[in-house]
Amino acid sequence: MQYQADVTIELKTGMLDPEGTTIERALEHLGYETNSVKTAKKYTIDLQAENIHAARETVEEMCQKLIANPIIHNYSISLRELQ
Amino acid sequence: MSIGIVQFGGSNCDLDVLHVLKDVLGVDAELVWYKEESLERFEGIVIPGGFSYGDYLRAGAIAARTPIMTSVKKLAEEGKPVVGICNGFQVLTESGLLEGALTTNEYPKFRCEPKYLRVETTDTPFTSKFKKGEVVSIPIAHMEGNFYADESTLSSLEDNGQVAFRYVDKDGKATDEANPNGSQENIAGIVSAKKNVLGMMPHPERASEEILGSKDGLRIFESMVEFISNK
Repeated sequence: MQYQADVTIELKTGMLDPEGTTIERALEHLGYETNSVKTAKKYTIDLQAENIHAARETVEEMCQKLIANPIIHNYSISLRELQ
Repeated sequence: MSIGIVQFGGSNCDLDVLHVLKDVLGVDAELVWYKEESLERFEGIVIPGGFSYGDYLRAGAIAARTPIMTSVKKLAEEGKPVVGICNGFQVLTESGLLEGALTTNEYPKFRCEPKYLRVETTDTPFTSKFKKGEVVSIPIAHMEGNFYADESTLSSLEDNGQVAFRYVDKDGKATDEANPNGSQENIAGIVSAKKNVLGMMPHPERASEEILGSKDGLRIFESMVEFISNK
């Protein structure tokens, strides 16, 4: 089966997000008031797996071994079957 | 004795380190392309600065997962000295050889300037030629040098004497103004629990000759060479 995973990598709560802060300030210059702006990265991964559980397990492993740095990041995975 | 300098695609301080080791110190040193797997012939390893793999994903992340790093880990386990400079420090934290992580500077700008550092411990293979508490001048050049570790890691680094260098002012005070990147506790360099792996954001190879304005960095390489000779 073909699956597509959207992996979102975010900084853990409390970590400095200088890019987010800069964007927040720029929004302020444009007249928008926000409580905070946080950045995240999204990776879209197409893969083949026997079923959705196997696909999730593989993508979890990818996150733990490479895509996220567990010291500073949280990650979330959203999976769907491709037709 | 031979020291290996690991080259990844995007390393750019490799030749500077080679020059310091070979021409300034007269030590046998050699560049090692990252596809080589065996590092057995080396007594020590330097992972130089640069932008390995274009800093894709995270600085140092991809280089940290190349097969040569398995050999670097093995060499470190044998007690041989390994030093990672700037991007090399990022590679060492990403590979788990050193604790913590290096994140984007608090003010997200590439900073390239001389910095004062305080030598926090002389009990490492890289700092034996300094005096404890000595203030030295070694330049930085980075955008992801903001050292971060969780609270328990941070206190174990402090308690075990693993903080090697801190950013300070010229009087040796670790002030916020002297901190170029927001690093916790002004940390500029740390060593592993066994002290034979050093990671530091400042560039000692750029402060190893009089003509460059400082020779303070040279003593890091001299300490390393002496450590190897005494083994």
